[in-house]
Amino acid sequence: MNTQQPASAYFLEDNKDPIEKHTLSIVVDNEPGVLARVIGLFSGRGYNIESLTVSETEHEAHVSRITIVTSGTAEVLVQIKAQLERMVPVHSVADLTVTGEAIERELALIKVAGEGEHRMEALRLADAFRARVVDVTQNSFVFEITGKSRKVEQFISLMQPIGLTEVVRTGVTAISRGPEALKV
Amino acid sequence: MNIKAESETMTANAQEAEMMTGAEIVLRALKDQGVEHMFGYPGGAVLPIYDEIFQQEDVEHILVRHEQGATHAAEGYARSTGKCGVVLVTSGPGATNAVTGLTDALMDSIPMVCITGQVPTHLIGNDAFQECDTVGITRPCTKHNYLVKDVNDLARILHEAFYVATHGRPGPVVVDIPKDVQFATGAYIKPDNIEHKTYKPRMEGDASAVEAAVEVMMNAKRPVFYTGGGVINSGPDASNLLRQLVRMTGYPITSTLMGLGAYPASDRQWLGMLGMHGTYEANMAMHDCDVMICLGARFDDRITGRTDAFSPDSIKIHVDIDPSSINKTIKVNIPIVGDVGTVMAQMIRAWKARSGQPDEHALQNWWNSINTWRNVECLKYKPNKHVIMPQYAIERLYELTKDRDTYITTEVGQHQMWAAQFYRFEEPNRWMTSGGLGTMGYGLPSALGVQVAHRDALVIDIAGDASVQMVIQEMSSAVQYELPFKIFILNNSHMGMVRQWQQLLHGNRLSHSYTEAMPDFVKLAEAYGGTGIRCSKPDELDDAIQKMIDTPGPVIFDCVVANLANCFPMIPSGKAHNEMLLGEDVSDEEVGSAIDKEGKMLV
Ligand SMILES: Cc1ncc(C[n+]2csc(CCOP(=O)(O)OP(=O)(O)O)c2C)c(N)n1
Ligand SMILES: [Mg+2]
Repeated sequence: MNTQQPASAYFLEDNKDPIEKHTLSIVVDNEPGVLARVIGLFSGRGYNIESLTVSETEHEAHVSRITIVTSGTAEVLVQIKAQLERMVPVHSVADLTVTGEAIERELALIKVAGEGEHRMEALRLADAFRARVVDVTQNSFVFEITGKSRKVEQFISLMQPIGLTEVVRTGVTAISRGPEALKV
Repeated sequence: MNIKAESETMTANAQEAEMMTGAEIVLRALKDQGVEHMFGYPGGAVLPIYDEIFQQEDVEHILVRHEQGATHAAEGYARSTGKCGVVLVTSGPGATNAVTGLTDALMDSIPMVCITGQVPTHLIGNDAFQECDTVGITRPCTKHNYLVKDVNDLARILHEAFYVATHGRPGPVVVDIPKDVQFATGAYIKPDNIEHKTYKPRMEGDASAVEAAVEVMMNAKRPVFYTGGGVINSGPDASNLLRQLVRMTGYPITSTLMGLGAYPASDRQWLGMLGMHGTYEANMAMHDCDVMICLGARFDDRITGRTDAFSPDSIKIHVDIDPSSINKTIKVNIPIVGDVGTVMAQMIRAWKARSGQPDEHALQNWWNSINTWRNVECLKYKPNKHVIMPQYAIERLYELTKDRDTYITTEVGQHQMWAAQFYRFEEPNRWMTSGGLGTMGYGLPSALGVQVAHRDALVIDIAGDASVQMVIQEMSSAVQYELPFKIFILNNSHMGMVRQWQQLLHGNRLSHSYTEAMPDFVKLAEAYGGTGIRCSKPDELDDAIQKMIDTPGPVIFDCVVANLANCFPMIPSGKAHNEMLLGEDVSDEEVGSAIDKEGKMLV
């Protein structure tokens, strides 16, 4: 560090470590406010959320699973995990990017409007991407596609010139490979 | 009531059978948790609970004059006893006024349960009178919080709140109780076996990590113990174990602001406090050590200075109950997650089990270096015959109170740092100060809380003229409850610490750091029904302090001190531990140029 400090009560420093993208799977008590608590941690401490999915996974046990794709330096990622783990309603946290290649999927619903040639082209591409048609009108389709985010993005960008009018995406949900389950 | 009477005669199913109102459940839970005192302020949304308070004698309620006062009083109470502090406030403004104290308790890991009233459940979200989103507002400033929607959950939640507040790294917990839940009737369950489903902090340190740490400690040539508030939080046993461990090794020890008293300041191995206003010897030892043993401290930025120059050549051992404290700002070599008392006991066993001995010769050299640093006498200041130097005031206060059962609280500013430097603590739980949040206004209500817990002790708030005015109204509570604590103001007519920074960093332009229209503190004390004393002459100071001690009831002592004294030593921002500014001979110009010109350009 050889840059000069401004006159400040704090030591100001830029971190130039490389940024990594990780997928975290968080098991939490399904109690009121738990999502706000987790999100508040991210915003309060300046961590990034690239995508977020959440739903109750075990009704009897009142347990939900939150999947967060986040990015930061290696140190920040370790800190995020430790900060999450010490929250009272958090059961466990797994960094799926560290524990081995996890299966990551997201679902998108994509509305495409157009006529004639464009309709044919849209159907052809949907077929190639294994996207399903879930709504049809005279001049529009809604496609449903699941897959890795890359695949979803590719499909969306191909639909752009054909008449893409609207996209909704669930964000990534993920699970580890092999027989082991995340501790509840 | 019938059901209640019946249930008392039943043994087996007593727990399920006992029915009572939510408000009764609150008082019963407090009693069963062993709560003897709570600090609070009434209002519409807690009236059912206040009605119950009126009809019982197990828990004494101390009426404050502002909810912030209640929270700091609870902190002082908790810090000086090791028990959980309890606060009761109403909805809306009552809850928002408590936010500063909750945040303070979170930063300094103080166990506290704060019960807040809430508008009735059917009105939540309607912008009802005195409604605020208490759990939303307090989520980031509590360890955990609850909104109780069903009276049948109330007892469990209250017991759980005490469990969460006091286990692991302690902290504040809010329980928000809507008014209809206070009126509703539900089942009371006892605290037995209530623990949280998932929150089970680890106490014991990993055995192999402890072993590795002791090995490194044994082979150290320039070791130092760096200890913090965690040792105090862990309980009196931890302080005893610390003394054993430190004496057994013969190594030097320093501590953060929060950890003062865990190790006796009179001991020869004690280096004084470290950090921004720590001693030269402590900071130099931290910088030059080859093994750092961090026990219950968290490498706060007031401690480390610039992190890239922090103790560059040491192997660092870090014991902390909170895994998120480890590697947060400083990378350590041997992390040990666990309760610091438990881990020190493990370390002592492992040390004794070893056959080796530390390197006597290396240690002798290390102590020689330390003694050279000590000879710098970094706390020396220019005495003055005509005006009271603030350092001198604390020295005299210490001399005249050290043989008594004394507890010290502080506000925030220069006076706080001088108190930490010049008052010498021999025992834990005797020093209450706002470290993490640095809350002006903490000291007076904190002293009130300490005095409630220790009726016969001498409790002194070492205050600044600006800070003391932040929560001054608690003088009225002091008079009401005959709490005879003393408020010792180092009155320099300035926000001294702000003025010092302005002198150091902003060309001595004293923007709004001079307190014009200072109140007459003596008359103020009298207006509240206490006693006021003023002293401005060094040779009258001892008698005046003695008079303060001998005066029954609360006293405000207006100690008029040198206006422009600076607090040294000091590690200026952007500097490392071995680049401290020392006090005595620093001229104003040197103070002004401590931060390079180029640095100022960047502001
Ligand atoms: C609530 C709050 N507001 C502002 C500050 C910033 N601050 C830190 S020290 C200080 C001045 C304190 O003045 P005084 O109480 O007279 O103490 P002194 O430094 O003069 O001893 C201020 C304003 C703070 N710590 N807390
Ligand atoms: Mg002042």
